[in-house]
Amino acid sequence: MKTLSNLRSNFVYAVVGTGAILAFVPFVLSSSYLLQVLIIVLLFVTLGVSWNLLGGYSGQLSLGHAVFFGIGAYGVALLSKPLGQSPWLGLLAGAVLSLPLAAFVGYVCFRLRGPYFTLATIALAEVIRLVVLNSVDLTGGAKGVTVRPLFKGVDKAPWYLLALGLAVFVVLVTYLITRSKLGYYLVAIREDEDAAEAVGVDATGYKMVALAISAFFTSVAGGFFASYLSFIEPDMVLSVERSVEICLLAIIGGLGTILGPVVGALILGLAGEWFRTNLGQAHLLTYGVLLVAVIMFMPEGIVGTMKKAGQVIGKRLSEERRRVTA
Amino acid sequence: MSVLAQTIVGGILLGGLYALIGIGLTIVFGVMRVINFAHGEFLMVSMYLTYLLFTLWGVDPFLSLFITMPVFFLFGMFIQRFFISPVLKAPEMNQILLTVGIGLILANLIQLLFSADYRQVKTSYSDAVVGVSGISVSLPYSGAFVVAILITVALYFFLMRTDTGKAIRATAQDRDAAALMGADVGRISMITFGIGTAAAAAAGTLLTPVYYLFPTVGGPFTLKSFVVVVLGGMGSILGAIFGGLTLGIAESLGAVYVSTGYQDAIGFLIFLLILILKPSGLFGKSRV
Repeated sequence: MKTLSNLRSNFVYAVVGTGAILAFVPFVLSSSYLLQVLIIVLLFVTLGVSWNLLGGYSGQLSLGHAVFFGIGAYGVALLSKPLGQSPWLGLLAGAVLSLPLAAFVGYVCFRLRGPYFTLATIALAEVIRLVVLNSVDLTGGAKGVTVRPLFKGVDKAPWYLLALGLAVFVVLVTYLITRSKLGYYLVAIREDEDAAEAVGVDATGYKMVALAISAFFTSVAGGFFASYLSFIEPDMVLSVERSVEICLLAIIGGLGTILGPVVGALILGLAGEWFRTNLGQAHLLTYGVLLVAVIMFMPEGIVGTMKKAGQVIGKRLSEERRRVTA
Repeated sequence: MSVLAQTIVGGILLGGLYALIGIGLTIVFGVMRVINFAHGEFLMVSMYLTYLLFTLWGVDPFLSLFITMPVFFLFGMFIQRFFISPVLKAPEMNQILLTVGIGLILANLIQLLFSADYRQVKTSYSDAVVGVSGISVSLPYSGAFVVAILITVALYFFLMRTDTGKAIRATAQDRDAAALMGADVGRISMITFGIGTAAAAAAGTLLTPVYYLFPTVGGPFTLKSFVVVVLGGMGSILGAIFGGLTLGIAESLGAVYVSTGYQDAIGFLIFLLILILKPSGLFGKSRV
């Protein structure tokens, strides 16, 4: 099968190798604080790469992804108890529930294009947030709800390893998709949806697939997040800010690249943490500044711009070589 | 029965303000095809400026309109010239993200300067009510409504009767043709964005006596202005007026007859319905 042969590529080896090396970090790092920051960075990687599947590869700018993050979070919060007190099952349940939610979101929003799609995602996410906020009996509303931890004890290492595993997995899945027919369909849809439809690509269908995959992993991340913090309330997981944050990861790093969100996650995770400790609540200011700066000066994102630069340099070098040998 | 009448009147008053906010957004879209996600944040900053003028120098909010509107007109022109204009040729996604970024910056700057504490401007008339045939009507809201109508009418005449106004409409209809006819499209864009920002600022100032101020108050207003504009059709001023009134009344009815918690959700639900059923809005002509 094509997929299996793709698994033998250099990229996959590099990613798995990096993952293996990174797995040793909690055992050599003495600072628990740094480990916590890294866990958030890894979570950002999962979020950014998942979002990018829909945003970067399929060209659908969703600013309502927090809704999937939230269903994962509330899934683990509310469904662990009925499922035998197991947060793992709760997390899985939340993630599974993200699929019908994604179907609903897609049904409502995919008939719209461009900015209208974005607006619809925001509106839908806000409606759901308000529903969760007001359903106090069910969700605790603004009071929030405590969540069982996946791992008991203070040791952060298992959390780190889980986050790392998740991030590596999502990166690999995205890589396989980009090498598959689905990946090409998505790019076609992004570049010109009508033309793609004209040559027989079921745009809505494939957008749904991308959304479903994206939603699933986003909600797994949400479940992890909720359990990691052991407490959630609507503004932490369902807010527009959360959606913007998720989308920012891919924008800064580079839409439509696999490593872009990884870079974005590193920058936002580390810089965000630094600013959070020094500027308190207004650390979102950095997000705004970064966003404006990237759009104005590096719209391809960091990785995207580097890729382009690399292509330009490569072209120049081969021209030089041709001139020399001629 | 009088509760219903009361609710509707309250909704109309609110609707006038929503219309003003919506007009600002819709002319910017009409001329530049830019969807300004920072529109609500302009409103919010204007509220804070009004607050400052009131707290430091005792300027009544209605009077500070004469300060906030010109200031934000210039601010809007500045933003357009240096941030929006360079990005106009980029894909739509970039423009959206740019304005989202600007909104984030504004909201967080205000938070840094003023902290997240809720603030209030309490004037002598903030709580004043006027009785009109059995219905009690909030005085500051009525004043805001009247001023909003005046500004809207003035804007309408500006666009219909003056040369600049006609140039703006021409640019909105066909940017290239307008340029070929000699309109300075760059300048027009700047002026239009300035007007849009000034309209948001005016609405902010008018809301100050009756609303709490906090750095994130802008977000919901951005979304509501979109609801207004989509209801009435992007680029249509009459549509914005209609959309504003509709939203105001719907919210008011929803708050009283459904629940105050879901008040905002009503606007969003209407929004989604319109987007699904008639995305060009009830008066709009532009494509989706």
